[in-house]
Amino acid sequence: MSTEEREKQNSSERQTRRAVSDRRVEGVTQPIAPAVEAARQVELTINGQAVEAWEGMTLLQAAQSVGISIPTLCHHKELSTYGACRLCSVEVIRGRRSRIVASCIYPVEDGIEVLTESEKVAKHRKIILELIQARWPWVDKELLEKYGAQPGRFEEKTDFCILCGLCVRYCTEVKKANCLGFVGRGAERQIVIYPERAIEMCPTCEGGNMGCRSVCPTGTMPNEFAHTGPRFGKKLPLAYPVKSYSEDNVREVLHTVGDWRMPWVRSQTMPGK
Amino acid sequence: MEQQDLSKVDEIIDKYESNSESLIQILLDVQNEYRWLSRPILSQVCERLDIPMTHAYHIATFYKHFSLLPQGRHPISVCLGTACHVRGATRLLDRVVQAIGIEPGQTTPDEKFTLNTVNCLGCCALGPALVVDGEYRSNLNAKELADIVASAD
Amino acid sequence: MPKLKSLLDLEELRKGIIASKDPSKQCITICSGTGCHAYASEKVADTFASELEQQGLSEKIDLRRTGCHGFCERGPIVVIFPDEICYLSVKPDDVSEIVSETLVGKKIIERLLYVGDDGKPITHENDIPFYKHQIRLVFGDNRLINPQSIEDYIGLGGYEALGKVLFEMTPEDVIEVVKKANLRGRGGGGFPAGIKWETTRNAPGDAKYVIVNADEGDPGAYMDRSLLEGNPHSVLEGLMIGAYAIGANQGYIYVRQEYPLAVENVGVAIEQMREYGLLGEKILGTGFDFDVIVHRGAGAFVSGESSALMTAIEGRVGEPRPKYIRTAVSGIHGRPSNLNNVETWSNVPLIIKHGAKWFGGIGTEGSKGTKIFSLVGKVNNTGLVEVPMGMPLRDIIYNIGGGIRGDKKFKAVQTGGPSGGVIPESLLNLPVDFDELSKAGSMMGSGGMIVMDEDTCVVDVARYFLDFLADESCGKCIPCREGIQQMLVVLNRICEGTGREEDLDTLADLGDMMRDCALCALGQSAPNPVLSTIQYFKEEYEEHIQNHRCPAGVCKELINYYIDPEKCQACMICMRNCPVGAIDGGKNIVHVVIQEKCTKCGTCLEVCPPRFGAVSKLSGVEIPEAAAGGIKVR
Ligand SMILES: Cc1cc2nc3c(=O)[nH]c(=O)nc-3n(C[C@H](O)[C@H](O)[C@H](O)COP(=O)(O)O)c2cc1C
Ligand code: SF4
Ligand code: SF4
Ligand code: FES
Ligand code: FES
Ligand code: FES
Repeated sequence: MSTEEREKQNSSERQTRRAVSDRRVEGVTQPIAPAVEAARQVELTINGQAVEAWEGMTLLQAAQSVGISIPTLCHHKELSTYGACRLCSVEVIRGRRSRIVASCIYPVEDGIEVLTESEKVAKHRKIILELIQARWPWVDKELLEKYGAQPGRFEEKTDFCILCGLCVRYCTEVKKANCLGFVGRGAERQIVIYPERAIEMCPTCEGGNMGCRSVCPTGTMPNEFAHTGPRFGKKLPLAYPVKSYSEDNVREVLHTVGDWRMPWVRSQTMPGK
Repeated sequence: MEQQDLSKVDEIIDKYESNSESLIQILLDVQNEYRWLSRPILSQVCERLDIPMTHAYHIATFYKHFSLLPQGRHPISVCLGTACHVRGATRLLDRVVQAIGIEPGQTTPDEKFTLNTVNCLGCCALGPALVVDGEYRSNLNAKELADIVASAD
Repeated sequence: MPKLKSLLDLEELRKGIIASKDPSKQCITICSGTGCHAYASEKVADTFASELEQQGLSEKIDLRRTGCHGFCERGPIVVIFPDEICYLSVKPDDVSEIVSETLVGKKIIERLLYVGDDGKPITHENDIPFYKHQIRLVFGDNRLINPQSIEDYIGLGGYEALGKVLFEMTPEDVIEVVKKANLRGRGGGGFPAGIKWETTRNAPGDAKYVIVNADEGDPGAYMDRSLLEGNPHSVLEGLMIGAYAIGANQGYIYVRQEYPLAVENVGVAIEQMREYGLLGEKILGTGFDFDVIVHRGAGAFVSGESSALMTAIEGRVGEPRPKYIRTAVSGIHGRPSNLNNVETWSNVPLIIKHGAKWFGGIGTEGSKGTKIFSLVGKVNNTGLVEVPMGMPLRDIIYNIGGGIRGDKKFKAVQTGGPSGGVIPESLLNLPVDFDELSKAGSMMGSGGMIVMDEDTCVVDVARYFLDFLADESCGKCIPCREGIQQMLVVLNRICEGTGREEDLDTLADLGDMMRDCALCALGQSAPNPVLSTIQYFKEEYEEHIQNHRCPAGVCKELINYYIDPEKCQACMICMRNCPVGAIDGGKNIVHVVIQEKCTKCGTCLEVCPPRFGAVSKLSGVEIPEAAAGGIKVR
């Protein structure tokens, strides 16, 4: 093994170790991963490549550890896992059984074969991208083209927010501020901000920049609350829908951040950590 | 609006020993007592259970039984479940709408009736079914509905 | 009430109960289930009580309020023991006659009996065709016991199975029997209960939970309600046996709060069990401790899904989580938790009592025992029916259900609720079990069986379910939330006559993706109602898309009401009844529907006297032009 190769292996091992300690259970904020030393080694293949991982890692982490990238949207390694956008879906084959799973939460298993770009995966990912595009029209062109997505196939209803829940998890888990939350269910589900709380917490959050805005992949989150809410009089509403902020807001955000398109091309560092 | 008496909220919370795990059960009892979850009620529940509003409000908007607006004294729920649907539930709903003059989700201005639709009342063999004041009724005609409206206080 | 401290105590109690009951004594049972209740059965029962009082018969004749018999549509149901005379649709006014004629005079009142197809009245409940073809193992005791009386249950052999398990079997023995019986879950997937129990038993952890799923979110199914309401102890006994086998000391009953009587009866049952020491510590003097908490659901279909239900029990929003780690290993508070459906649990005491072999003798190769179905929709006899697995659909619908209402033609039957699909006439001979239904593109689900006749439009049915799911999904994951909404957009345009050539492909693509990618089973099965209707009724979709015609005459945008001038007698009935004044005409002047004003409510068609039959629904054809100024009736 050349020094270069060894170096590469070491670095990927370091990455994996870090990934293991980062692991969090869906919906729970405390890391529950076993101590790295105790973790059992697991062998699997990803796109035909043999990969060594530790029990408790996710497929996404295992793939990333060997430089295979999988598009993600609702995942952030600093936040609890969520598994809702399903953009990271991959095909897992064990024996003759194949199934599609969300790689950001699926734990690695011995002897499985993972395909991150199989025909089935590509077909489903195309439709998921089309569905997202119908809600948020600025999806990365390259990605759309890669999967042959046809924008306009589905009825557009631009809410801007695609309910990835990153902002809620950031606010709850990192800032413990509880200014943001989900309301409703099904087609009515949305993100609301709680003005009473926001006016108290947001002005000092990340130097007046509202940290949640930096994780929002769509630019929906307004920064109004950082400077008290001008649109509210004395009586603050209990909850205020984030999506009711105008398209201008989104455009402005998109304009200021320039090339920022979707989260997987952004830095995965997080303010306030 | 006049100040709401929140003593019953406290009583209910005491019954569950201020256990935040019983949040849904507490909100159900509170809803049954006050017929809606007002903002002061929700704040009180959050304070007593030491939970964020984000949590309580999500629950209050997620489940169908909770109401964030005052409800009428006589709740009417019309079943639109599958069994009732194939046996003319929408026509029953139309008749109810005609009889009390409000659409589903609304409350009459005198706070007498609130009309809601539900997805199954569990007496599908009688469909189309509705429940008024806790009484289950089967396929009421316009006359029977008019009687209900006239006899309600 | 003395606490039962040993098996002997229980047996003594049972003997006492049986001895106190004289089997030849007359007993009036009145169904007090929710269905009969809606037909004022309480009033009937009260009238009986006062009538007996007045006639000085209270001592001589027993009165018992029971749970649902299944034939709710003909309620209130009154059965008089020991002769088992069955009266249907009994009104309070009938009561005094029943007391004096039948109870005292031993005469049968024919007018209250069921009348068979041949016009002959039927006296006994079990001879009525609706009941005759059923096997009521699980549901049968409902008609014999007062659900609020633990003594009634014990008198019929209740808690005998629990005693057997606690004193004669190891937990492993119990699991072995349930596995051998191949009891499969009645709540949806048909997963083998014994295997799930074993996984939970073997999962690491001291605290484990057992849970009853009585959320019954499937619109159109109500067997879980009737069982829990009518025989709560059978469910609780099953739950306790499961707890013993799994090694759990805490149970939960998750019951939707829309079922107040079920909540009440379960509460009463638990109280009575505590009084007898059947819950608490050292049950029947053994080392087994167990208690139960009732958790009311606040109205969300998705909260019936196992991981969502467990989250809700923890007091959080009942949203599903990815189940790559099973709830049997990590459920409530991350502890091993075993969830089964109401009907699954109440099969357990039977299996313990009669053995795996007996159970295995009923049903088909892969699906053992019976299943309760909610037979509703356009059949003559609607209600709850319990049949052995494998009974052909045709037998259920025709022999038990008495065929299709009116002179209509059968079109399809929907099973499995919003996660299921439709089964067309060509598959009517299908033996109903878990695997056959899945093979046909539908599923057993919880047992909803909604019969549809030729007046049902399958596109509309698919749209109905998607509409339900758009509202009932939790909305967390994109495949389900967005997929359902976009499917609905497509279905709406098909129903409105603006469907596109590529729409069926779009639906198939979306459906494929949702099946594979959605987070929970709600989203994964949401396409079923759409895909199965396309599979069996593709021409009907194509008629809508290509010819803008709704063959069943349901889709409002595609139909018109039309009065045939040749047949109209200008009777003015429809004119007077039309709620929006959309009918033109007058005395002696043939009536015409003003299409622009018509809201397509169908009233005119309904009220037009059948002997004229002048109103009809048109779809996909030009409406003949009306003569200006009207035509005189000939
Ligand atoms: C959206 C959804 C709703 C469900 N609702 C119910 C229900 O109301 N009752 C039920 O018993 N099972 C329901 N299930 C199935 C449960 O998740 C679970 O499989 C079942 O309760 C297990 O019990 P069983 O094995 O005895 O059937 C539902 C599943 C899904 C995906
Ligand atoms: S506001 Fe942004 S971060 Fe929050 S859920 Fe919507 S898209 Fe995601
Ligand atoms: S499939 Fe539907 S119900 Fe299930 S998690 Fe996704 S959005 Fe929620
Ligand atoms: S990134 Fe995995 S589901 Fe969203
Ligand atoms: S479908 Fe209406 S009561 Fe069940
Ligand atoms: S409620 Fe009486 S028969 Fe069903």
